[in-house]
Amino acid sequence: MVRINLVLLAAAIISALAVVSTNHQARKLVVAFEREQERTRALEVEWGQLQLEQSTWAAHARVAQIARSKLGMQPPHPDRIIAIHP
Amino acid sequence: MRPPRSPLLDERLPVWRARLVLGLMLAGSLALMGRSFYLQGINKDFLIGKGESRYERVIEIPATRGRILDRHGDVLAISTPVKSVWAIPEDAKLTPAQTRSLARLLDTDVRELTRRLAIERDFVYLKRQIPPDVAAQIADLKLPGIHFQNEYRRYYPAGEVTAHMLGFTGTADVGQEGIELALEAQLAGKAGSRRVIKDRRGQIVEDVESIRAPQEGRDVTLALDAKLQYLAFSQLKQAVAEHKARAGGIVVLDARNGEVLALVNLPVYNPNRRAGLSGAQLRNRAFTDSFEPGSTFKPFSVALALEQGHVRADTPIQTAPGKMTIGTATISDAHPHGVLSVAQVIQKSSNIGAAKLALGLAPESMWTMFDRLGFGQPLKLGFPGEVGGRLRPWQHWRQIEQATMAYGHGISVTLIQLARAYQAFARDGDLLPLSLTRVETPAAAGAPVFSPQTAQEMRAMLEMAVQPGGTAPKAQISGYRVAGKTGTAHKLSGGVYANKYVAAFVGFAPVSDPRLIVAVMIDEPSAGKYYGGDVAAPVFASVMEGALRTLGVAPDAPLRPLQMANLGAPPEEM
Repeated sequence: MVRINLVLLAAAIISALAVVSTNHQARKLVVAFEREQERTRALEVEWGQLQLEQSTWAAHARVAQIARSKLGMQPPHPDRIIAIHP
Repeated sequence: MRPPRSPLLDERLPVWRARLVLGLMLAGSLALMGRSFYLQGINKDFLIGKGESRYERVIEIPATRGRILDRHGDVLAISTPVKSVWAIPEDAKLTPAQTRSLARLLDTDVRELTRRLAIERDFVYLKRQIPPDVAAQIADLKLPGIHFQNEYRRYYPAGEVTAHMLGFTGTADVGQEGIELALEAQLAGKAGSRRVIKDRRGQIVEDVESIRAPQEGRDVTLALDAKLQYLAFSQLKQAVAEHKARAGGIVVLDARNGEVLALVNLPVYNPNRRAGLSGAQLRNRAFTDSFEPGSTFKPFSVALALEQGHVRADTPIQTAPGKMTIGTATISDAHPHGVLSVAQVIQKSSNIGAAKLALGLAPESMWTMFDRLGFGQPLKLGFPGEVGGRLRPWQHWRQIEQATMAYGHGISVTLIQLARAYQAFARDGDLLPLSLTRVETPAAAGAPVFSPQTAQEMRAMLEMAVQPGGTAPKAQISGYRVAGKTGTAHKLSGGVYANKYVAAFVGFAPVSDPRLIVAVMIDEPSAGKYYGGDVAAPVFASVMEGALRTLGVAPDAPLRPLQMANLGAPPEEM
């Protein structure tokens, strides 16, 4: 009788410790997960800002102005365009 | 040895004392049971809630508003998170040095900042929508009573070029104008929320439940082509400045599927800096302002006369002496012409000729045609303030009205309606609904207005109008066959026609297989020239030429030096 009781007591203690440790593990994972999600959001924000920056640099007004003034480019005269029919 | 018997033990206690103690103990345990039943049974939910509120938090999950993209995927509008700085003035006791550094970071005046911090309120915005990195710098100062709030701000990289088309959003990132309003349902994101358990350090340790899943706004891909939009914008800007015009507008449509490829108006505003805007700047004229279309309207009545078989393209019409009296009113041509064929009525833009043709038509059939062409009713694309123009019911038409309507007076239309109606000529007589978003599967055929035969004859006539002898040789472009019609309408001012004009040109190209429709409207050109052929046609030509080349449309005409050389200045295209 006493033996069985001791075994059960040990089992209960082990199980209780396992619950504690699993819970701790779970919380650590949740924290890590939250951190990654935070990072996702931050990266999304950064991506948005980069897109914005890209389209600001690539604005047609700016490109046209640079092409004309800095690079000395101009639209080709119609005489110099050859259309190739497929 | 037995102890001596105590006399005290012989004393008998009264029975009631034992009963009293027993009763008290019973009552005590009953009270305890009742209390625990109350706490665990009846009042359970309240207490659980109280307990949870000690460690559970409901946090908001933000959702971003969808982007607006052009047809090639270039970003036209995007929301990024920004911070707003607010203060509790009572808590914000700053040293002068702190105030100075805060003012420097906020880019405001020190005195203005001090004034705001002295306001007797619990909540004062110091500055709204500042970039996150600046907010981080301010947070590093660790000032008392200064707080931050997350917000979204919408940016429009193309600025004023796309302003009227896209519209803008308010501070809460809700659409207020243009596409932003028209497609609000699709663009708007819905913030969600969830319940979590936080530990002492504020970290989330357990995800309890999701209360509401966030709904990200969906991206919108417009039919708009950013290149054509810029091209149209720069051309219009140049023309409005050159002719000292009050306003102007250009609409570019794809004739094959009804997509709106470009839409610009002047005057305009910068959607990224919207302080001190005037109503004139905000007006999306192509949708909200109707005008009398003038001669650009002639082809419709002529087409109907052809369609009904009253005339053929070569039927002669006497327009001499250039004046005609109907009832008490007299209408006249700008230049008297004599006998013209129906085709020449379009080519030379004769008011008398168009009026005579219209008077041979039944008012009801004319009204039905205008109605089918979409005049008199808004396009219902969801733009705020869109008007339908004025088209009176045919039962009330007087003869003079019917005559003037043939050349675009006594009726009013918006630029976008006019451009759309020209589909009937650019296509084989049918009309497609317009689309602001990219069309993936174009409809094969729209609502028929004219027969393909009539449309083809009209194309030939409209092509004559831009050739030598027509009203708009300046609309020609090298390498492509162009067709179109000028319009120069007197403006009504206080009920009478004043010496103010609207110069317009609507046309399409290449004529052999029309791809683009371009409508140009210049309001009150006041630098001397005011004819549609002089003011609007050159704008049409440069926009059309640039657009066709940008789209890589195959030329359908030999490259020849143009009679009216508009190549002196290089076209403003890229």
